[in-house]
Amino acid sequence: MEHNTMNLNLKVWRQKNNNTKGEFKLYRVENISAEMSFLEMFDVLNEQLVVTGEEPVAFDHDCREGICGMCSMYINGKPHGPWQANTTCQLHMRAFKDGDTIVVEPWRANAFPVVKDLMVDRSAFDRIIQAGGYISVNTGNAVDGNALPINKKDADDSFAAAMCIGCGACVAACKNSSAMLFMSAKVSHLALLPQGDPERNSRVLNMVAQMDKEGFGACTNTGACEATCPKEISLSNIARLNQEYLSASLVADK
Amino acid sequence: MTWKQVFTSSVGKKLVMGLTGISLVLFLVVHASINATVFADLFNSEENGEMFNKAAHFMGSTVLIRIMEIGLFGGIILHIAQGYLLSLENQQKRSVGYAVAYKDGSKWYSRSMGLLGTIILLFLVLHLYHFWVSARFTNKGLEESVSYNGVEMHNMFGLMKATFSEWWIFLVYSLGCISLGYHLAHGFQSAFRTLGVHNKRYTTMLISIGYGFSVFITLVFILMPLSFLLGWIG
Ligand code: HEM
Ligand code: SF4
Ligand code: FES
Repeated sequence: MEHNTMNLNLKVWRQKNNNTKGEFKLYRVENISAEMSFLEMFDVLNEQLVVTGEEPVAFDHDCREGICGMCSMYINGKPHGPWQANTTCQLHMRAFKDGDTIVVEPWRANAFPVVKDLMVDRSAFDRIIQAGGYISVNTGNAVDGNALPINKKDADDSFAAAMCIGCGACVAACKNSSAMLFMSAKVSHLALLPQGDPERNSRVLNMVAQMDKEGFGACTNTGACEATCPKEISLSNIARLNQEYLSASLVADK
Repeated sequence: MTWKQVFTSSVGKKLVMGLTGISLVLFLVVHASINATVFADLFNSEENGEMFNKAAHFMGSTVLIRIMEIGLFGGIILHIAQGYLLSLENQQKRSVGYAVAYKDGSKWYSRSMGLLGTIILLFLVLHLYHFWVSARFTNKGLEESVSYNGVEMHNMFGLMKATFSEWWIFLVYSLGCISLGYHLAHGFQSAFRTLGVHNKRYTTMLISIGYGFSVFITLVFILMPLSFLLGWIG
């Protein structure tokens, strides 16, 4: 394969902390290999900044292999950049060409306050999970997995929903800053399995209540979340959540 | 989880939108069907709007329908109020916007439900003023009644003909109907998703029906003023 390098202009959001107003800064990076990942390109930029005495750009990342959901950059008007079904860390520089100007912004949502530069606080997702995104298991011997018959289709759908890595791109993409794709992935993942059944009603009611408390918007089914989700979580999960919520509230005690 | 908590949650608010939206869709079906009787004129030169006038008279003079009308107004008001509230609340969830907007992932009309609704609302005010206010209150344009088999009634057909003799009214009505079409192109399938329909079998079907219905209802409603304007009927 031909090896090419490129020179790029970057327009990056810089913000000291949550109490200060941020602004875009222009940077130039040169000799960027097309085989680099987007984050490696940012590493190059940061080394450059360290040399010139400027504070490096803060951004979240961990696994750099598309499974942890930490990398959160809104690149040229799309969360995780131009590729479909892809995370920022798995975006490679061959997606761009020499001379391009790339605009990089943090996730924008009041429920995800900016911590610094491109880092946002996504602990709202953790609190939603704490509100109901789990199953309670008695201690004792592990049960034989094969003792519980599970319909193949339900298992597949559940697994597809369980692919969600909690990155928050769905919130970033949504005009309403709604967390419903994430929510519905978690609710569907558990509701489709017998292990999730006992707590299904309280789970969906408590998780929705927490989601509203965190300040996410209401879903209007525009589909922007599904289109940008690195794990291709299906919009139909949101409809399943709606159904779960409706039936849970119909049979609620009070 | 009290009912109040249910209906003030983000999911519950959408439920109100979906339920009122679907009721409005059912209303549109009735409205379009009744109005389609104006086309009886095409097949019978003696007609002169008799079938339509009788249908309109039935709708205006039947107690049950008048009760349903209250429900309809309640539904529209709920839909509009909740629609604006929801749009406003959703907007407030992102205080700092993006420099580059994300447009590829969704249809423009899916993102513009509030705007489309506002155009529909403005159209609705004009439309109610033209027909509903005249028929119920002011009698404007309805001074000469018609009678069939001794039953006297408004000549609503005549009022339509007079109203739609002007180009600008036709254009405003067309804009209203096209906005309604786009509103429904998103709203129809969205409403069923909101109510929890998630099986692929039904969602694909509902998306197609939704597009079909949106185009059909837009064309049927535009055809009426157009037919009067161009003198095809009346
Ligand atoms: C006859 C007229 C109308 C019909 C048939 C209609 C129908 C619908 C339907 C079916 C939905 C989808 C509900 C859902 O997603 O669950 C909807 C949503 C909505 N409508 Fe209407 N509507 C009408 C008039 C209006 C008006 C006058 C407004 C004024 C603001 C409005 C504003 C909205 C909004 C903001 C939404 C929510 C957007 C969304 O869920 O994506 N609508 N409408
Ligand atoms: S649903 Fe998709 S976009 Fe949303 S948090 Fe999960 S993986 Fe990320
Ligand atoms: S850094 Fe883990 S998914 Fe990108």
